[in-house]
Amino acid sequence: MKSIVMGAVAMATTALVPLSAAAQTEIELWHAFSGRLAELVDAQVADFNASQSDYSVVATSKGNYSETLNAGIAAFRAGEQPDILMVFEVGTATMMAAKGATKPVFELMADAGVDFDPDAYIGAVKGYYTTTDGQMLSLPFNSSTPVLYVNRDAFTKAGLDPDMDLSTWQNVDAALSQLQDGGQDCGITTAWQSWVQLENLSAYHNVPFATQENGFAGFDTELAFNGPLQVKHIDMMGQWAKDGKFLYAGRRNEGGANFRAGDCALFTESSAGYAGVKAEAQFDFDIRALPYYADAEGAPQNTIIGGASLWVMAGQTDEEYVGVAQFLNYLSSPEVQAQWHQDTGYLPITTAAADLTREQGFYDENPGTDVAVVQMTMNAPTANSKGIRLGSFDQIRTVIDEELEAVWAGDKDAQAALDSAVSRGNELLRRFEQTAR
Amino acid sequence: MTFKGWILPLLLIAPQVLISAVFFFYPAGQAIWQSLFIPDPFGLSMQWVGLGNFEYLLGNKYYLASFWTTAVFSTLVTVTSMVPALFLAVIADRLIKGAGTYRTLLIWPYAVAPAVAGVLWLFMFNTRVGIVSWYLGLLGYDWNHVLDGTQAMGLVVVASSWGRISYNFLFFYAALQSVPKSVIEAAAIDGARFWRRFWTIVLPLLSPTTFFLLVVNIIYAFFETFGVIHTITGGGPQQATTILVYKVYADGFVGQDLGSSAAQSVILLVVVGLLTVLQFKFVEKRVHY
Repeated sequence: MKSIVMGAVAMATTALVPLSAAAQTEIELWHAFSGRLAELVDAQVADFNASQSDYSVVATSKGNYSETLNAGIAAFRAGEQPDILMVFEVGTATMMAAKGATKPVFELMADAGVDFDPDAYIGAVKGYYTTTDGQMLSLPFNSSTPVLYVNRDAFTKAGLDPDMDLSTWQNVDAALSQLQDGGQDCGITTAWQSWVQLENLSAYHNVPFATQENGFAGFDTELAFNGPLQVKHIDMMGQWAKDGKFLYAGRRNEGGANFRAGDCALFTESSAGYAGVKAEAQFDFDIRALPYYADAEGAPQNTIIGGASLWVMAGQTDEEYVGVAQFLNYLSSPEVQAQWHQDTGYLPITTAAADLTREQGFYDENPGTDVAVVQMTMNAPTANSKGIRLGSFDQIRTVIDEELEAVWAGDKDAQAALDSAVSRGNELLRRFEQTAR
Repeated sequence: MTFKGWILPLLLIAPQVLISAVFFFYPAGQAIWQSLFIPDPFGLSMQWVGLGNFEYLLGNKYYLASFWTTAVFSTLVTVTSMVPALFLAVIADRLIKGAGTYRTLLIWPYAVAPAVAGVLWLFMFNTRVGIVSWYLGLLGYDWNHVLDGTQAMGLVVVASSWGRISYNFLFFYAALQSVPKSVIEAAAIDGARFWRRFWTIVLPLLSPTTFFLLVVNIIYAFFETFGVIHTITGGGPQQATTILVYKVYADGFVGQDLGSSAAQSVILLVVVGLLTVLQFKFVEKRVHY
């Protein structure tokens, strides 16, 4: 039976394709999603294709973020690049430096004559992908920001009030000691340590992660995350690791398994981790804003994003670009964005989508899901908090991972590790500056 | 027999020359050429830096440290994949019943791709749900390869060697089968026991195979193990498992630093070339053909 249905579907599609292909311009989109996220993107694409008849978007998954970027680069070198390439946030400087390989979004929209208002996008999301003079280079797509997940049952079991104030790191420190006294084995774990504990820590406290406005103002940027605030934070986490309060599970989001299984009481992770926690956690949890240091001036500022944006590649026909512009516009529409935000835990990229989600009552039904939005938009981004744009950023994160591991293992103190990460990272930046010259 | 003229001999070696040229000389030449530049990833521009990439690498203590890591890793992988293989081959060689089944089972792991093998071992030693780490925990041994460099090294060595044991087993087993039974019987009649026969007769007769496997396994450890490292440790913790070939991959395909990556492959090529020359010069003298 199944094969008969499949056969009928195949026949129907082969019969339909020649008719539509003659009239439609094909637009290729390469993305880095798999599983549920890929299905959601496919649904968006199918929706767009059904909404008009001039263009047909074809979405293809190219592996993880690094693999997708590589596939795009290799394809460009062979002259076979897609129209739209999804690039993760750390690849932004690489894409920016490749003038001639990309077509900036602001230019695309102007050429195509599509209505486009950059101010509709949330400042801290837009800022990451915008030049210092306000021109949007790529379209923000999936953006998230780190928040604090709390296992309320673990708090209760250890004799603590699960509603206790965890807004500052000082309070978290006290809570971890009490949790340990109450018999809790793992107090806290984290995902993406560089992104959460250094990049976002710096932005949230309005201190620079790197000079030249975190790299936005020029490729001659130098790392600056070995300041007193960052050292104090890493030192405290090193102490937690030594005392057995902080469990280091790996460089990516391995710690998620520990939290979702109920091993750890606290977890700092992307807001996009919400769907996974909600699906798996057999305990009562809630989402809080990322903690900050109460004694730090200017804190809390706002946190920055992670995730990916869509880059339009150079070398396509004008006709395709018009279609790309319409597709990007469709993706940014409040309905599509609100749905994406609610399905995934990624941030809504426009204020209209956030408002729509609120009106639909989603935040009331799912308490905590608006924490990330509030945290991102609580203040107008400063030079230190609009994002980070560094060349070789992926390698710099590896260097940071290595040095932080030395702190967690007790081999180095926080100051020495961060100093070393800064000087090793600066070498990478100087090499990148040479390629971008 | 000698050939008349030179057309036929040229034709006969042409396929080999062609294959070497297309699959070896051309890419190697490209790597050497690229190592003299700092290119931008998209191929839009290239900066001539001469030996700048090499100076940058050889002046970097973290890069130099990965030479030592590689030496430790390759030695351990070679030993761990050859010694058990020889042991298993000797035992299989003595089997009378069921030798075929035993042999087939031992060859299976070779069919598992390195990256998949990496994932398998990672699951067994996973710090949270791994069955081996759980048993180790019961014995009071705290397994945490995420932060302990020595344990991480041990894990990637085992994961890299596991599939190789099958490959080596096959060669040792074939070599053992070709050891003349008459020599062994003569020694047995003279009163030599099993281990004495093994050390003084069998092992020396195996030496061509052992030498071949030594060369091949070192090359394997140098070049083909990055899939395992990538899936298990990503080069960490700190730089405990960052071997040279993994760095080539990470800097080139993750970091987009193609100049440095090309220079590293040239260095790797030179190192392995030197090692092979040394092996043929010194170790081969001890081989009895």
